[in-house]
Amino acid sequence: MSEQQKPILILKDFNKTFGKGCAHCDGKPENRRQGYCPKCRTVYACQDISLSLYQGEIVGIVGESGSGKSTLMQALYFDSEATSGEYFLEAYHSGEENLFLSSSQQQKWVRNMLLGMVYQNPMMGLKMNFSAQSNIAEKMIAAGNRQVHSMVERGDTLLEQVHIPLIRRKDSPSHFSGGMQQRVQIAKALANEPPILLLDEVTTGLDLSVQADVLELIQKIQRERKNSILLVSHDLSVVRMLADRTIVMLNGRIIEEGLTDQVLEDPQHPYTQQLVYSLL
Amino acid sequence: MGYVAVQGGAEAIRESILLARYENCLDGTSISLTEIKANLKKMVDSVMSESSLYSPDLAALALKQAQGDPFEAIFLLRAHRSTLPRLYFTTVTDTAEMRVERRISASFKDILGGQILGASPDYQHRLLNWDLINETEADVIAFRDQYYAAILNAMEKTAEASFEEEGRFPKVVDSLRAQNLIPQPVLCDEEPRDITMEPLVFPSARSLRLQILTRGMTGAVTALGYAKIRGYGFNNHPTIGELRVGYLPLYVTSELSGVCEEYYIGEIEVTEVEAFMEEDRQEADEKNQLGIGLGYGLCFGANEIKAIAMSVLEHSMENPTPGDPTSDEEFVLLHVDTVEATGFVSHLKLPHYVTFQSKLDRIRDVQRGNNHHA
Amino acid sequence: MHERHFAFLDESSKKEIRRAVLKAVAIPGYQVPFASRELPIARGWGTGGLQITLSLVGKDDIIKVIDQGSDESVNAVSLRNLIQETTDVASTIHTTEATLIQTRHRVPEQPLKEGQILILQVPLPEPLRNVEPSEYKTKKLHAEADYSGAWLKLFEDIMCYGQAATGADHPVFVNDRYVMAPTPIPRFDNPKLDHNPALMLFGAGREKKIYAVPPYTKVVSLAFDDYPFQRERFVGKKCRLTGLENVYLDELIDEATGEVYYQTNDSSYLLEFLNRDEGAGTV
Repeated sequence: MSEQQKPILILKDFNKTFGKGCAHCDGKPENRRQGYCPKCRTVYACQDISLSLYQGEIVGIVGESGSGKSTLMQALYFDSEATSGEYFLEAYHSGEENLFLSSSQQQKWVRNMLLGMVYQNPMMGLKMNFSAQSNIAEKMIAAGNRQVHSMVERGDTLLEQVHIPLIRRKDSPSHFSGGMQQRVQIAKALANEPPILLLDEVTTGLDLSVQADVLELIQKIQRERKNSILLVSHDLSVVRMLADRTIVMLNGRIIEEGLTDQVLEDPQHPYTQQLVYSLL
Repeated sequence: MGYVAVQGGAEAIRESILLARYENCLDGTSISLTEIKANLKKMVDSVMSESSLYSPDLAALALKQAQGDPFEAIFLLRAHRSTLPRLYFTTVTDTAEMRVERRISASFKDILGGQILGASPDYQHRLLNWDLINETEADVIAFRDQYYAAILNAMEKTAEASFEEEGRFPKVVDSLRAQNLIPQPVLCDEEPRDITMEPLVFPSARSLRLQILTRGMTGAVTALGYAKIRGYGFNNHPTIGELRVGYLPLYVTSELSGVCEEYYIGEIEVTEVEAFMEEDRQEADEKNQLGIGLGYGLCFGANEIKAIAMSVLEHSMENPTPGDPTSDEEFVLLHVDTVEATGFVSHLKLPHYVTFQSKLDRIRDVQRGNNHHA
Repeated sequence: MHERHFAFLDESSKKEIRRAVLKAVAIPGYQVPFASRELPIARGWGTGGLQITLSLVGKDDIIKVIDQGSDESVNAVSLRNLIQETTDVASTIHTTEATLIQTRHRVPEQPLKEGQILILQVPLPEPLRNVEPSEYKTKKLHAEADYSGAWLKLFEDIMCYGQAATGADHPVFVNDRYVMAPTPIPRFDNPKLDHNPALMLFGAGREKKIYAVPPYTKVVSLAFDDYPFQRERFVGKKCRLTGLENVYLDELIDEATGEVYYQTNDSSYLLEFLNRDEGAGTV
């Protein structure tokens, strides 16, 4: 392990606001209350977020709902536009181009080739009325694949890996259980073997036993492929199970970060302490 | 000699037109344009509105030719419109200048200038009037003269002072603006676009939206407006600030005389609606401010339901709610045009045997294929 | 008393439509929006094609109008009458003689030549509409050349039916840039669009779009490498009158015997073939 290794994803001073801002809150974080301007009602969903992700690393992001973690994921996957900040991927122009400023065509390419996303709500990530096979193929088609057989073969392999019986491959996800839908999303995210996976509350809303299945699957996939994973959850036990490093967010800001064990065993920020103790 | 094309098509068309004409002449009567204009005024009005061509004479002609089918009449007038060059544009018309015939407000009991019920079937019981079966022209004339004399008589007795100029009334919305309940309009000097001269692209300009609604199909505009207030657009109930029906003077500018001058070219009858919509307004403090927003409707002739529904839809598209089809401008604007809707629906009558053959080929092929795999 | 203007439309309308046509020719396959005029025929009955024809037609043109392959179907007759009543131009049924050919749902069997203009009537110009209902969004997808949706639809067809399930109007890729609806011509006609010597113009009156395939432009029907594009197949079938095999056939039923038989769909091509044989004295 070389310590000099360059991160494969770097995010610098990322901000996302909903609203125009006003003289009271613009550039004056001290006047904002919990990421919110009481004067003009601008929401500062993410404020000055900087983070990096290394090859083969799993970074967990925890925080309550409204802390800005999903907003962060959506910006990283170009589902929504960043207000400001810089976003570099080592695999794209050697990390020298700020992706937030790239054309939407380029952003789509990055999204298809370098990133895989699994949403909490499968409706966001899947076409519910297209077959499971087509859902996986969508990513490969976007990457320019025009060979049906090779895509079907790859789809079969992926479905097997996420434990979806092949007899159901032509069914549409609308006929699947919640756990199966998540697994199809995972298969889809892996379609083009992207170096980075973004997982947004993937187990939220699933039965406990199904949760364990899905988490185990993610762990297995990561061990085999050495993907880097950015994983968002409000559930500390998920992060404890999977993440090497942990970032804690509150009101749109990072309030604490470190090795997962360290954060869990010796939380510094009162909010993190509260989170950790409530888990015990 | 050789083979020649079967001229069946041309012949069939000729015969079909003759037969239609014959069926229309069967009972040996003909209605005059004057009779159409006099007895079917509301129909003439809606045809003018939907064809966006203000001419009672041409509308009556179109209705006669179309055997009373409004869709067909509108279609005729729109086609006629395409042959006319656009020579002038009227100047900005202030509807406060309207010569009002009818004017009501649902928002206030007393409005400056008073409510004028005017001619309206609103409070008439809809019972068939059997007297009309045998009504004669003499009956009509007798009633007209008698009514007119009675009115003259009454006017002499009261000699009521008319409001400033005859028929001009202050607008209800202005009094609310004066009280700051409705914000002063932001003056916009942007040239209105012309939907008949340029393509509709999205997101659209307000001027284009208003034009499409005002020439929209009365039934379609009403149905979508109804959907909005019934709750499909999860909205609250609008209140009619003012509805007026009356005549608007129109002017054009011309440099015919060497200098740019305004010329009066006549007046048109219109229905105008300003509807008040409760709005949640966010102001620069921590409180939510409730305010009143305006929905605007205006159409040719006396056509109150359409003007009201238009005001609802106009406001809805100005203030879109995600997931609400009646505020989705593509959904509303692309489907309310009479000529487009009736044209595309009726084109299903055209032969489609080449395309259907193609579809059959696919179906047979797929069936064959599936059998092989089974 | 009421004299009609040459070619019905007023001159400024025609000029605007010609400008849209020029832009369309400059960007093959791109849908140019225009302010469609209402015509004396109904929207959806060929008003897009007709507006192009009326704004291009000159006194020396010779027009041909076909509907579903026939010069004599009622709608073709009706459109041709309107053009002739307002212009007095000559008309023909012979593809080779015509300078302007307005057509609904067919490309003539007789190959077109340089200088001819084929005008296709378009009911639904947007090839991505069945994957994306919003016009604003499809416009963006075209701008970004993001056609995954169209391909995905084909892929899903193959998953469900073992092959593409499009009937007519199978989408094409024009000049390696835009995916375009070829109008509901049968797939049989799709290959005729590729490198055609004639100018092909597409008019959608109700949807208010004009697009074009200039002469000798590359036009490829969308298909996966291992599921090649397929035209309608009339295997073992031929035209009862001419014996022709490599033409699009109508499926008809013999009233006397109740048997299904086939006949060349392109009516003028059929006539020309029959007359040529007769002229040569072979029949």
